[in-house]
Amino acid sequence: MSLSGMLGMLTSPLSAVSGIPFLGRADGGTFWLPVRAAEGAKAVDELFYFIFWICLFFFTLLMALMVIFAIRYRRREEGEEVEKTPSHNLPLEIVWTTIPILLVVAIFFFGFQAYLDMSTPPTDAYEIQVTGQKWKWSFTYPNGYMDELLHVPAGRPVTLVMTSEDVIHSMSIPAFRIKNDVVPGRYRKVWFTANRPGAYDLYCAEYCGTQHSGMISTVIVHEAEDFDVWIADHGDILGSVSPAEGGERLYNLLGCKQCHSTDGAPGVGPTFLDLYGTMRKIRDQADCECDEDYVRESVLDPTARISQGFEPVMPTFKGRLKDKEITAIIAYMKTLSVHAPDEPAADEAAGEAAETDTTETDAGDGGE
Amino acid sequence: MSTNDTPMTPAVVPENYLNCSSGFRSWFFTLDHKRIGVMYLASILAMFLIGGIMALMIRTELLTQGQTIMSSDDYNKVFTLHGAVMIFLFIIPGIPAALGNFVLPLMLGAKDVALPRLNLASYHLYVVGALVCVLSIVLGGVDTGWTFYAPYSTTTNTHVSILTLGAFILGFSSVFTGLNFIVTIHRMRPAGMGWFDMPLMLWALYATAIIQVLATPVLGITLLLLIVERVMGIGIFDPALGGDPVLYQHFFWFYSHPAVYIMILPAMGIISEIISVFSRKHIFGYRAIAYSSIAIAAFSFLVWGHHMFTSGQSELMNMIFSALTFSVSIPSAVKMFNWITTMYKGSIRLDTPMIYALCFMFLFGIGGLTGLFLGSLATDVHLHDTYFVVAHFHYVMFGGTVIAFLAGLHYWWPKMFGRMYDEKLGRISAIIITVGFNITFIAQFIMGSRGMPRRYYDYVDEFSLLHFISSMGSYVMAIGFFMVAGYLVKSLVSGPRAHANPWGSAALEWQTQSPPVHFNFDDDPEVCNPYDYSRVQYDAASGGYVRVPSEVKPA
Repeated sequence: MSLSGMLGMLTSPLSAVSGIPFLGRADGGTFWLPVRAAEGAKAVDELFYFIFWICLFFFTLLMALMVIFAIRYRRREEGEEVEKTPSHNLPLEIVWTTIPILLVVAIFFFGFQAYLDMSTPPTDAYEIQVTGQKWKWSFTYPNGYMDELLHVPAGRPVTLVMTSEDVIHSMSIPAFRIKNDVVPGRYRKVWFTANRPGAYDLYCAEYCGTQHSGMISTVIVHEAEDFDVWIADHGDILGSVSPAEGGERLYNLLGCKQCHSTDGAPGVGPTFLDLYGTMRKIRDQADCECDEDYVRESVLDPTARISQGFEPVMPTFKGRLKDKEITAIIAYMKTLSVHAPDEPAADEAAGEAAETDTTETDAGDGGE
Repeated sequence: MSTNDTPMTPAVVPENYLNCSSGFRSWFFTLDHKRIGVMYLASILAMFLIGGIMALMIRTELLTQGQTIMSSDDYNKVFTLHGAVMIFLFIIPGIPAALGNFVLPLMLGAKDVALPRLNLASYHLYVVGALVCVLSIVLGGVDTGWTFYAPYSTTTNTHVSILTLGAFILGFSSVFTGLNFIVTIHRMRPAGMGWFDMPLMLWALYATAIIQVLATPVLGITLLLLIVERVMGIGIFDPALGGDPVLYQHFFWFYSHPAVYIMILPAMGIISEIISVFSRKHIFGYRAIAYSSIAIAAFSFLVWGHHMFTSGQSELMNMIFSALTFSVSIPSAVKMFNWITTMYKGSIRLDTPMIYALCFMFLFGIGGLTGLFLGSLATDVHLHDTYFVVAHFHYVMFGGTVIAFLAGLHYWWPKMFGRMYDEKLGRISAIIITVGFNITFIAQFIMGSRGMPRRYYDYVDEFSLLHFISSMGSYVMAIGFFMVAGYLVKSLVSGPRAHANPWGSAALEWQTQSPPVHFNFDDDPEVCNPYDYSRVQYDAASGGYVRVPSEVKPA
């Protein structure tokens, strides 16, 4: 506390100066620095201007001396007398070594202090998973919703847990004054508390190839209550798409595809191709048809009835999926199966027609 | 004021190292350090031209948003090659191998370097390395950035292995030069020249040589590991193969940070010489400057981690590297103070080399001070990998090293080629280059601190004006360079003959004729304090400086 107080004391004159139009705008942006939209950014900006004024002072002093000497002592004729001056002066040299040392110690100290603050995330932070890959960002929220834009609430600490699928990327949000490399095979964390609703640029800052400069996204800072509404709307992963499309999305997001193929390839679990509507041989139990109820049971209680030839290794999704979402997965499975009712030629059907058919089927199911 | 007023134009040019023999073999297989230096000079200038053209291509592409003259893949290759050519083929060998080779034995009053054959081998390796690098360009280029960060560099399908092989070979060339200079300075100082009687240029070259010998092998091994991973699929850096990409960064910067001092230390040496000579003043704080060169060389090995503040080092390591980084700023600041104090009550002549030296202090001052923003952890996180870093780096490398190289080139040009250049054009082009440079890179400081990431092919609207200004500045700089090339070529052909000592230096290299004879000195030069200007006096008859006959011969 006392340390940040010291920084405040040292930089408070600067904060006062930054009210001048050239130096400061209401949104926290200045001539040198962009708009400020996170709490930690202020400390960075104050340090930036602390260093800036030190540099400007000493640079002006040195350059003024250089120019004055070059003019004042300009050679007027060859062979002119040159006054002898000492070629060294220990006290002077000690002074001009000590002053820079004190200044850089101060800069180091404040830089380290602000850095520690920005690298220690609070334990109650809202976590968003970030994946970087050539050349896009994807953000996964705690409820499983995925987006290519980063939505965050104002006034609440947010931690980004980041990894890369290919080469090194770097998460850079200038308005928050944060940056951290996104490294394949590692999880890197960065945190911030946004405090200014609006939209800000988010860049990839580590060179990653052809579309490196296109790996740009946007951070959207919502008012805290707006964010809750937004996430609740999007918490429903199905959103406004058709159940079959939503089911496909869930299939990809939840990792179903790791075990259940959709093209007939053998896997840890039965392939979804032409699975729906067939009769299944069940281990140690009577045969049954793979209908809506069997799929639902397999999702919520996977070991209840295991198809012959497979091991009981699937985790339960009880509590993770809502009924509506299971319905969507069933709808998706129907589009993959020739045995699904009312849709004998799903494989051959054109995409759009198939979707319409599926929706109708689902409506029928709902009526039952 | 100008030395051209009374040019000495003897009817017959006395025999010198340039005209004592002729033919391709007499140059390419020479053991004469001066000829090797001149060949190095021609080679690095050719590379500077290639790198410079690439710089102009980059700035032209960025003139407008979206595609201007090339595709994003081509752009990525051009900025990679601009960096690789400028660093490995121009700046690193620039001052030590070209100018240093020429002046180091002369400054010692010696006939040659200690190991002339090793010197020639160094040049031959440079040629081979350069050809291998050019081959990678001809085959289609490389798109990794000059830093070759893994796993991008180990997975891209461009010619990374060939370019890194070229850099690997160039590393040996650099080590050979460094080794040679260390041995030469230790063994060949003349009687009467102790360590603290040497010109500061030699201290700078000595410190540079230490870094070259100790750091370059690490780069060699790193690049070899990269090639091994690419060619044989052994997982060293790529996590997909079980490697660690951050390890690569440690290896790379363990060399490449000290390499920055390979580039800047000899530049500081040149400035120490020029400021003193053109102010006709003993250099202020000789020992402080000499020690600061060694201090910079020593500290340079301990700061590599400051390139990796955002790459996932622990907070403790970041703290240590930040603190050590600031320690390097002190010796650099001390040098600046010493140079400016040297000018105090001097008799200052503003010839082209001095104009460059003053420009150096202006640009290096900005380059050094902006380093404070990057050494400080919290501000570095914001500025890392933005144009702020690009601008800082160019202020130090171009504003520092290239400007000092130009200063040195103009300073020793009369000694190297025995001819003067157009003084007026020299000063004007120095100013044009400096102005163009500032336009180019101040714009980049502003973009960078506002968040514009580096190595971007395209940019958002906000940065359009600044990019446009920056590109315009680069064209101004190009005009300055074409002027320099023009009057230097003219000087070679028809410049007035140079005096043996046109600037009034008291150092040994000016005690022989311009250009020097094959074995440098007809008689052993008289060793004395290189900064004692009472020992040289202006001689109006010959238009240059002559030695004052010493009353008491040194023992």
